[in-house]
Amino acid sequence: MPAIQSPATEEIHPDVALVARAKSGDTAAFEQLVRQYERQIFRVAQHITQNREDAEDITQDAFLKAYEKLDQFQGNSKFSTWLVRIAVNESLMRLRKRKTSKTVSIDQDVETDEGSIPRDFAEWRPNPEQLYNQSELGDILRKTIQGLPPGFRTVFTLRDIENLSTEETAEALGLSVPAVKSRLLRARLQLRERLSRYFRQKQEGQPA
Amino acid sequence: MNCTDLLSHLSDYFDEQLTTELREEISVHTAGCQHCRVVLNTTHQTIEVYKGAELYEVSPQLRERLHNAIMAKCLAKK
Repeated sequence: MPAIQSPATEEIHPDVALVARAKSGDTAAFEQLVRQYERQIFRVAQHITQNREDAEDITQDAFLKAYEKLDQFQGNSKFSTWLVRIAVNESLMRLRKRKTSKTVSIDQDVETDEGSIPRDFAEWRPNPEQLYNQSELGDILRKTIQGLPPGFRTVFTLRDIENLSTEETAEALGLSVPAVKSRLLRARLQLRERLSRYFRQKQEGQPA
Repeated sequence: MNCTDLLSHLSDYFDEQLTTELREEISVHTAGCQHCRVVLNTTHQTIEVYKGAELYEVSPQLRERLHNAIMAKCLAKK
């Protein structure tokens, strides 16, 4: 089990100095921060919006917003978490614009338990990596995560794909830690159920 | 521990947030429950298969374009 660090013993993150320099007008320091996080922000935006052009726009807008609001960043969270939060909000706004008749929020569709109760009880054999080549596997994983409601997709992306901690995910989404945990569990179970269609062990005599 | 209890602890199990006692209870339950054993294994595989996958590759060309666009926008605001 990973040790829980208390804030007092935590080392100062290297971003703190870069942010301080950027705040005082050092463009090179800000550019360094952009370099460090542009790929991550792009991936997060693409996962949420499922659209490459939108993700490019959002990445630019998120950094611009961060640049403009740098003075408001208090350093209570990590700079990267703050940045992800801006990008998530921009992405959800973009989804809302796309679906004018439907509201899109981090809370959408998360009240239902549909798909979170396991129904498929077949082992995955052979392993997904043995069953499909890399490009087929990528298609399956993309298609499957696209089918999740945005609220679940976002939590799963931050926690399990981008490897943020539960606390960082909660901060980035403006949710409580229990809310993140509950959504993460349901997102994982729904993905498992959907992936089982592709990866489940074939019964003998059953057509592939 | 029953199947519903196990399900409610599943995420904490993978995130290594459970006490030794609860982990032990899970392993006792899964030893006798085929369904839960499969759910545990395949949920673990779900997490792992996504963890290793680079689903949206950022090519060097895209990265350069993005980077230049970000910096141009920010510097214009200066």
